[in-house]
Amino acid sequence: MSRSRDPREKRPWTFYALVTLMGVFLMFLYGPMFVIYLLSFQGPDGGVTFPMVGVSTWWFAEIWKPGQMANIPVSFNRSIALASVVCIITTVVAVAAGLGFRRRFTGSGVLFYLAVASLVMPSLLVGFGIGLAFQLFGWKTDLFTSALAAQLTWTLPFGLFAMFAVFNRFPRSYEEAATDLGATAWQRLRWITLPILMPGILGVAMGAFTLSYDEYARTTLVAGSRNTLPLEIYALLSSSTSPTLFAIGTLTTAVSFCVIGLTLFFILRVQRRRTGHA
Amino acid sequence: MSAVTEAAAIEAAVPARPKRRWRLSSRAVSWLQVSPLAIILIAFFALPTFTFLVVSFYDYDRIGIYPDFLLTNYEEVLSSSMTLRVYLSSLQFAFITWGITLVLGFFIAYFLIFHVRTRTMRTILFLACAIPFWTSGIIRTIAWIPFLGRNGAFNQGLMATGLTQTPLDFLLFSPFAVCITYIHLFTLLMIGPIANSMAKIDPALLEAARDAGASRWQTMVDVVIPLSKTGIALGSILVFTQVMGDFFVVKAMSGGQSASIVSALATEIQAMQYPPAAASAVILVTFVAFMVAGMMRVVDVRKELVR
Repeated sequence: MSRSRDPREKRPWTFYALVTLMGVFLMFLYGPMFVIYLLSFQGPDGGVTFPMVGVSTWWFAEIWKPGQMANIPVSFNRSIALASVVCIITTVVAVAAGLGFRRRFTGSGVLFYLAVASLVMPSLLVGFGIGLAFQLFGWKTDLFTSALAAQLTWTLPFGLFAMFAVFNRFPRSYEEAATDLGATAWQRLRWITLPILMPGILGVAMGAFTLSYDEYARTTLVAGSRNTLPLEIYALLSSSTSPTLFAIGTLTTAVSFCVIGLTLFFILRVQRRRTGHA
Repeated sequence: MSAVTEAAAIEAAVPARPKRRWRLSSRAVSWLQVSPLAIILIAFFALPTFTFLVVSFYDYDRIGIYPDFLLTNYEEVLSSSMTLRVYLSSLQFAFITWGITLVLGFFIAYFLIFHVRTRTMRTILFLACAIPFWTSGIIRTIAWIPFLGRNGAFNQGLMATGLTQTPLDFLLFSPFAVCITYIHLFTLLMIGPIANSMAKIDPALLEAARDAGASRWQTMVDVVIPLSKTGIALGSILVFTQVMGDFFVVKAMSGGQSASIVSALATEIQAMQYPPAAASAVILVTFVAFMVAGMMRVVDVRKELVR
């Protein structure tokens, strides 16, 4: 992607038009989110809109008080547990499948389109189908059975396509060199292929975690009696019009940001170490 | 992981290693590697889809559902005026959102790939676009409520600058709010695939076009757009199917003024009317499948993704 260009070359007017577009788009993207972060620090007498009546963490404290919000901390723990399981399964299965798809095999077309279909299927219908199947079999829907299954139909195709993008940039010559030098297949996978793919694999893991952690539409019909955090937030929407909702939003977004930040940190560290040794 | 290990182990077996006693064909290796994915997708996606196809022919009453082969569920759905109304409403949202995200996504991708000069800057800007996508869609949706409301930040800003005297009412709980939220949620689904296609365009082609005397506009129409049409098709499929499958945004942001196909379906599911809900689901899936197949005719998505 690097292009040699004279940096003194004058930028065309389209550049400035597009810079403006980019700036406006980023404001559009982040503006409303910052409004709710701000409003979640509303004073105890404030409402759900501006002006701010003082600054406090009153609405955050509300979350842990017994009462209406009692389910929020519990459901948060469930969401984290479910997202971790989804993350592990998605990463392992998607990386393996990504390796498999590097060769054409009988049925690869069918499996590819099955993954596409799973990704574009209206989300609620996935949960509906799984829920119906469970009912016909006489099973009870639950977090780590039906809800896990429903989320995998969303994170796995995503992980697979992300792996395709990762493999597109994969330099095969390294693998060939390893084989020529007498590496066994296990050595090649362990010391060449996986380390080169590591930043991409971390990206897939993060994607799977955050997609599961925030998933609503596929899970809602099959979560059973134990709700995840997004389901609890959804249930609060109709009943609560206090800044507590924004406080929950700020907290859950902060968790997402931590996960994203940690992943980026690890990816950068892997890349820095790589260039450092080169 | 054992499948991967074995698979790779066999793949690498070179003639110089006579010790290895068994060997699988490379096709069998691929099968082993993709089998977990295949099993999960068949069990949790294909079979459930088949389940609601079967149930759509069932009979039902207030107590339960009964195996049968009836077409009445389809007759009911197809003859109801509600069906046409929600399809028109959802299609309208889908086309408006598609048009706007396409233009926005295309130009932002173009800017990221062809105007941003350093790799670091490109990564930072792309992450800035992508990070909200990894946060909760529900929270991003309700974030518009204090922003667009009658006493919201936007109206307060408008009145403070004297642009309007009274707050604008159409901003929140309206089709406008629904479209804004869709654009907010789904533009990244357009930027990603288009930028991916554009990144593969050799910059020398653009210089060649310029040297041959093409204007900026001609280069865009005759070089950049044809070469990024895979990304455009992929992004269109993602945005279109997301909007057609949505029920949360319409419910939260339209203030009850609009219904979507899936929100109507969710109402039936909550009423435990599974067979008619299943019939609606089959019709929706068929409809979406035809639209996606139409878009896929434009490009060989698979050839572009797997190589």
